[in-house]
Amino acid sequence: MVARSFDENKSTTGIHPLKFSLWLIIISIIMMFAAFTSAYIVRREEGNWLEFDLPSILLINTVVIVLSSVTMQLAHNSAKSNNLQTLKLMLLLTLGLGIAFLVGQWYGWSELVHNNVYFGGSTSNPAGSFLYVLTGVHGFHIITGLIFVLIVLMSSMKYKVHSKNMLRIQLCTIYWHFLGGLWLYLYIFLRLNH
Amino acid sequence: MSSTDISINEDVHHAHEEHDHHHDQNFFEKYIFSQDHKTIGKQFLITGIFWAFVGGFLSILFRLQLGWPEATFTFLEPILGGWIENGKLNPEFYLALVTMHGTIMVFFVLTAGLSGTFFNFLIPLQIGARDMASGFMNMLSYWFFFLASVILFTSLFLETGPAAGGWTVYPPLSALPEALAGSGSGMTLWLIAMALFIVSQLLGGVNYITTVINLRTKGMSMTKMPLTIWAFFLTAILGLLAFPVLFSAALLLIFDRSFGTSFFLSDIYIGGQALAHSGGSPILFQHLFWFLGHPEVYIVIMPAFGIVSEVITTNSRKPIFGYRAMIGSLMGIALLSFVVWAHHMFVSGMNPFLGSVFMFLTLIIAVPSAVKVFNWLATLWRANIRFTSAMMFAIGFVSLFISGGLTGIILGNSSLDIQLHDTYFVVAHFHLVMGAAAFFGMFCGVYHWFPKMFGRMMDEKLGFVHFWLTFVSVYLVFMPMHYLGIAGFPRRYYTWTGFEAFNVFTDMNTFISIAAILGFSAQFIFLFNFVYSIFKGRRATANPWHANTLEWTTPVLPGHGNWPGEIPAVYRWPYDYSKPGAAEDFIPQTVPFSETQSSNLPQEKDFE
Repeated sequence: MVARSFDENKSTTGIHPLKFSLWLIIISIIMMFAAFTSAYIVRREEGNWLEFDLPSILLINTVVIVLSSVTMQLAHNSAKSNNLQTLKLMLLLTLGLGIAFLVGQWYGWSELVHNNVYFGGSTSNPAGSFLYVLTGVHGFHIITGLIFVLIVLMSSMKYKVHSKNMLRIQLCTIYWHFLGGLWLYLYIFLRLNH
Repeated sequence: MSSTDISINEDVHHAHEEHDHHHDQNFFEKYIFSQDHKTIGKQFLITGIFWAFVGGFLSILFRLQLGWPEATFTFLEPILGGWIENGKLNPEFYLALVTMHGTIMVFFVLTAGLSGTFFNFLIPLQIGARDMASGFMNMLSYWFFFLASVILFTSLFLETGPAAGGWTVYPPLSALPEALAGSGSGMTLWLIAMALFIVSQLLGGVNYITTVINLRTKGMSMTKMPLTIWAFFLTAILGLLAFPVLFSAALLLIFDRSFGTSFFLSDIYIGGQALAHSGGSPILFQHLFWFLGHPEVYIVIMPAFGIVSEVITTNSRKPIFGYRAMIGSLMGIALLSFVVWAHHMFVSGMNPFLGSVFMFLTLIIAVPSAVKVFNWLATLWRANIRFTSAMMFAIGFVSLFISGGLTGIILGNSSLDIQLHDTYFVVAHFHLVMGAAAFFGMFCGVYHWFPKMFGRMMDEKLGFVHFWLTFVSVYLVFMPMHYLGIAGFPRRYYTWTGFEAFNVFTDMNTFISIAAILGFSAQFIFLFNFVYSIFKGRRATANPWHANTLEWTTPVLPGHGNWPGEIPAVYRWPYDYSKPGAAEDFIPQTVPFSETQSSNLPQEKDFE
C-alpha cells in the first residue's frame, strides 16, 4: 500500500523522509517559541513589568537536562555499536533525568507561587504569566519527548533497536537534543531579560 | 497491490494486518479513513465546497441587511429563529455573521479547501511519487480539519451565537465573555476549532514539504518541477512558519479568557467596575495575529498562482513566459510576506517611522506581483488560446488579481490608510485580490483536474455560464464598494441609515446586494455541474488537455500507487508546448530528448 512510496522513491536528498519531517516539526516548534519570546520582549518594553528573581532551581534543572542529553547521545552511540545493555541503561537514565527535570520545573513553579508571582488572577503580572507559559509549553514538549524515549526504551527491550535499526533512536535523539537546546535558549533568554 | 511494511505504518495497520497484503480494502479504508493522497484531496475538496456554500450563505444574510436596511425579514424566521426579532436581524448576530463568513472563507475554504485539495491531489502525481511521505499523517491532517469543521459548525447553532468579534478576534472583544453574546461559548469553540485547524495545517505542511524535497522521481530536479508544485511548496513553507505563531497567540488568548492572565487585557471598566486584568497589551495580539495573518493571505493566493500558471500555459499551447522569473517572484513574495504585517496596523498608534518602514516593504511586493502578471500576459500574448472553462477562470483570475492588486498600492500607503482604514475600500480590495481571485484559482483547478479526479469531464457549457455569471457579479459587487469606501463608509456596521453621510448610498447598497445574490446563485450551477459530472459526465481520456505534466501519464483513474508499473522518469521541463519541429504541439516530460531530435534546441543536443 502506501509503504511502497519509500522503497521505490529513493529519497532525493538521501535523508530519510521521516527524519526530514521531524526537522520540519522542530522548525514549527521554534516558530512558536520565537513568537512567545518576541512577545515577551515587546511587552517588556512597554513598562508596567514586574521584576522578580528567577527561581534558583532553574540552574539545577538546566544542568539536569544537559546531562540527559549526554545520556541520550550515549544511548545512541551504544545502539550504533550494538552495546544493548548500555543502551537500555542510558535510555533509562535519560528517562529518569527527564522526569527529574520536570519535577524540578514544578518546584520552580512552587517557588514562584511562594514569592507571590502568580500565573493568573488580580495580582498577576504578564512578567510572571510569561514565565509560566514558557516553562509550561516547554514542559509539555518535554512530556512528548519522554513518551518518545519510553517508546524507544520499550522497543530496545524487544531488541528492536540496534546498529541495523537506528531510525527510531536517531529521531528520538534529535528531538531530545532539540528540547534540551530549546531549554538552554529559554534559560539564557530569561537570564538576559530579567 | 502487495506491500512491504515499513516502520511508520506499523501503528496504523495494527488492527487489520491480515488485510495488509491484499487489495480488498473495505469501504471505510477506501473512502473514509483513506491514506491515499487522491482520496484525501477529494475529501478536502468536498468539505471545502460544503464550507464555501455555508460561508457564502452567511454573506447573503448580511447583504440582505445592508441592502434593505428598512425591510422586515420575517421570511427568514424558519432558518434563523430567534435571531430575527420583530422582523429585524439581531445586531449581534449580524456581527457573528460577518465574523463567521471571514473565518470560514479564509481558513476553512481558501486555506484548507484550496491547499488541502490540490496539494494532496497534485503533489505526488506531478512529482512522480506513489503517495505522500506519510499517508498516516496525511489522513490525520484531514481528520483534524474535519473535527475543527464539526466544532466550528456546531458553534453556529449555539443559543448565544458563534464568535462575533471579527475574524481577526482582537481582544478585548474576543477575550471578555461580557463583551458580546458570541464572546462566550461561541468564542471558546472558535478557539478550539482554530487550534485543531492549525494542527491539521502543520501535519499537512510537514508532509507537503517532505514529499516535494524527498520523493521526486528520477530526473525531476527542482528546476524541472511544474510551477504548481513550486507554488505549493513555498506556500507550505509559509504555513509551517506562520501557523505556529497564531497558535501561540491563540494559547495566550485562551489563558486570558479562562485562567485570569492579562497578556492582552488592561485597564478595562465594565459598568464602572475595573476588571482584575492589568498590565496587558491588546496591540501585542495584533502583532502576533498579523504575523500569521499576512502570510496567511499569501497562503491563500499562492496556490492559485501555481494553478493558474499551469492552466494558462497548457491552454495557450505556449511555454510559460519566464519560468525562472516565476519561481523567483514566488520566492520574493514568500519572503516579503513575513516583513509587512504591520501594514494592517497603521492606525493602531504605532510609531510613524515604523509605519513608513512597513509601507516601504509593502510597496516592494508590487514588484514580484507585477512580474507574475506580466509573465501571464506574455504567455497569453499571440497564443493559440483554447477557451476551456478552466482557462476562462484562469484569465478571470489574472483580471481580478490586477484590479485588486492596484488598490493594494493605495492601501499600502500609511497616510492614505488613515482615511481608508476599515472602510469598504479595504473590503473591496481584499475580496478582489485574495477572495474572489483565490476562488477563481480554485474553480480553475477543479475544472482542469476534474478528469483526473473523477475520470469524467465537467460540462463546458455550464462551466461557461458559471464563469460569466460569477465574473460579472464579482465585479458588480466589489467595484461599487471602492466608491463607498472612499466616501468613508465603514465596514462591519450593522446599521448606517442613521448617518447623514451614508444615507445617500441606499441604492448602491441594494445594487451590491442584488449582485451578490446573483453571484451566489450562480454557484449552484457549479454545484450541479460538479455532482452531475461525477456520475454522468462524459468519460475522460487519460490526457484530455494534451498537457505535459506527469499526472496525465497515469491511467484515467489512477489506482493506489498512481502508476501501475514503474514510476516514469523525467527528462525535460514541463512547458514544451508548440515546440518548432516537434510532431505534436506538446511533448510530455517523460519523453527523452533522443526521441525528439527534430525539435531539440542546440543546447539540448547534448542530452540526446
